[in-house]
Amino acid sequence: MNTEYSGIILMYAASVALAIPLGKYIAKVFNGEKTWLNFMAPLERLIFKLSGIDTNKEMNWKQHLKALLTINCLWLFYTFFCLLKQSHLPLNPDGNPDQTPDLAFNTAISFITNTNLQDYSGETGATYYTQLFVFTFLHFVSAATGFAAMMVVFRAMKDKVTDKLGNFWDYFLKSITRVLLPISIVVAVILAFNGTPTSYKGKDTFISMQGDTVHVSRGPAAAMIAIKQVGTNGGGWFGANSAHPLENPNYLTNIVENISIILLPIALVFALGFYLNKKKLAWVIFGVMTTGFLILAYTSINAEVGGSPAMAHLGVSQPGGAMEGKEVRFGAAASAFWGVCTTVTSNGSVNAMHDSMMPMSGVAQMFDMMINAFYGGVGVGYLNFYIFIIIAVFISGLMVGRTPEFMGRKIEAREMKIASLIALLHPFLILVTTAIASYILVHFPTMNWAEKPSAWLNNPGFHGFSEILYQFTSSSANNGSGYEGLGDNSIFWNVSAGVVMFLGRFLPIIGPVAIAGILANKKFVPESAGTLKTDTGTFGVMILAVIIIVAALSFFPALTLGPIAEHFSLK
Amino acid sequence: MKTYLLPSIKITVILLVLLAGLYPLAISAIGKFTPGQGDGETITYKGRVVGYANIGQKFTKDEYFNSRPSAVDYNAAGSAGSNKGPTNPDYLKDVEKRITEFMKHNPGIKRSDIPAELVTASGSGLDPDLSPAGAQVQIARIAHVRGITADQVNNIITDNTEKPLWGIFGPAKVNVLKLNIALDELKKN
Repeated sequence: MNTEYSGIILMYAASVALAIPLGKYIAKVFNGEKTWLNFMAPLERLIFKLSGIDTNKEMNWKQHLKALLTINCLWLFYTFFCLLKQSHLPLNPDGNPDQTPDLAFNTAISFITNTNLQDYSGETGATYYTQLFVFTFLHFVSAATGFAAMMVVFRAMKDKVTDKLGNFWDYFLKSITRVLLPISIVVAVILAFNGTPTSYKGKDTFISMQGDTVHVSRGPAAAMIAIKQVGTNGGGWFGANSAHPLENPNYLTNIVENISIILLPIALVFALGFYLNKKKLAWVIFGVMTTGFLILAYTSINAEVGGSPAMAHLGVSQPGGAMEGKEVRFGAAASAFWGVCTTVTSNGSVNAMHDSMMPMSGVAQMFDMMINAFYGGVGVGYLNFYIFIIIAVFISGLMVGRTPEFMGRKIEAREMKIASLIALLHPFLILVTTAIASYILVHFPTMNWAEKPSAWLNNPGFHGFSEILYQFTSSSANNGSGYEGLGDNSIFWNVSAGVVMFLGRFLPIIGPVAIAGILANKKFVPESAGTLKTDTGTFGVMILAVIIIVAALSFFPALTLGPIAEHFSLK
Repeated sequence: MKTYLLPSIKITVILLVLLAGLYPLAISAIGKFTPGQGDGETITYKGRVVGYANIGQKFTKDEYFNSRPSAVDYNAAGSAGSNKGPTNPDYLKDVEKRITEFMKHNPGIKRSDIPAELVTASGSGLDPDLSPAGAQVQIARIAHVRGITADQVNNIITDNTEKPLWGIFGPAKVNVLKLNIALDELKKN
């Protein structure tokens, strides 16, 4: 069998095989059962004591959100000022400059929202201090934020009538000490032994065999790269992200990093099943997500392995598929597979340049982010999926004439209003901003800005439009990958994408937590013959239909103008 | 707000120490035991460092295996891809130029013999590898320029071909720097 395909099958199979026990473990941790990492407990108690936190105080959903938003605001200010003044802070061996205010604004929001859109390049736009004490730190805590919000929703589904939904700090810290940090250490060590740098020495210089003087950026990268994958962050150490040969040195590290991308998002689906003791529901959710994932992965792999029709027209051979923007050590198939994994999970790291991929890969990647719930980001993927479940319950309830109920709670007007607003927010943010940017580009191409709109795009025609659409889709989905040809380090892009990332992060956290909190407080209706069953294949099909209708109807016209049009023009 | 702000500040400071201070330091300590001691693995030839094992470098001379085109001219302090889309007409003109150039330097090679990787830029601009086919298509030129036999060049490729991981996962590849060092070694003997 083709070794490129066997590599992909291995990555997916290993991810699922590891995700099931990991999900079980996570459920145990948050059910308060004993696990082998219990030796972390004294450290956690010490941290809580020093922070003056009493984890026995349970919070209602509003208190959870207050705690979550307060600490995120704090990080926003801390991050912004660090980036603005990074050249004056320690650990800057390469002598890199401060970020401009608009870039610092964009970068700060980008890392807090778990997006990691990078309008700077790691080698020149950040220092070792900001790489570690801002980016690595935020990789952990932004993932833990999503994790904690998801735990509130899990908890709300578990208990009978209650407004006590556990303690935010407890969820937050334990997701770091019991899940994110241990997995990151394992991944970082594997990377280090395969050639990813770990030392604090700055740039190196050597003379190449042909006599060129070459400077090599390095740094303690392995630690950051590990959590960048595990926490579905995606913001890399080097500019080229995981395409860089030090960030992702060989096929083995590619397997490990790719598994790390989808491991937790898949595991959390199973964690739900074990936590609520509703394994069938977990399998239904997993089935829906996997169906979507596999269709999109097939689309992209097929396009990349087949090679570029334009290249074929030029007469060269393409035994390895389309190679522009790809690395020989990964090959076309593993690059396409990664591209879909990273966009379904709101990770956003890349091992090949998406801007140079085939248009059908663009369709798959953008569709992944437009749905943003086929596995999804750590914690938030499930929150997005939860919205689709609520809508599906409501619609199918109406269709069959039964009261819409989910987990023994009636879904009523208030919850549906919130769910609908959140479901509409994503297309609203993406399409309105894309329209504004396109309008400016067409009508004011020579506007007197530092970067003229006419210089924004790296490619003409349909592909140029795709660059704009991809940027806002990635921002709103908190993904962070990009069509990097876009000249995005300018005031317009830094600010517009920053605002989109912010709204695209916090509203979709607030909405589901509010719904879950309200539902948890409602009278519990025991299951009866009149209840619509939500853990069946039929209901799975219903959720998939809702997802496709909501996403396809809103986004299809925009996709048609971009990658789909490009696909049909490619000969 | 104050109920949450004070604990937020305290736990942030503690986690900064733990996650941004201690965790990378611990990985760095473990990194000391890796090949390259965590500084990145270098390759020494004739007593001097001629490059990093994992980082591609520019090889354009006819006597060497040429590396892939790079959008950043193999600048290892500023990695990037070209980000050119597949339908971009300027880009396709550039590729056409690279094909013509390659055929000029490799007489007798047909267009259809050139693997796409030799006329397309990599994602990082620092791709250290070629596929075995990407190296083989350069055999005739190198043998001619160096005045050695095609078999000798071919042997170097065979010796340096890295098989797929555990024989079954991922593509086979050859490291261009190692190939070229082997070529220079040959001259010495």
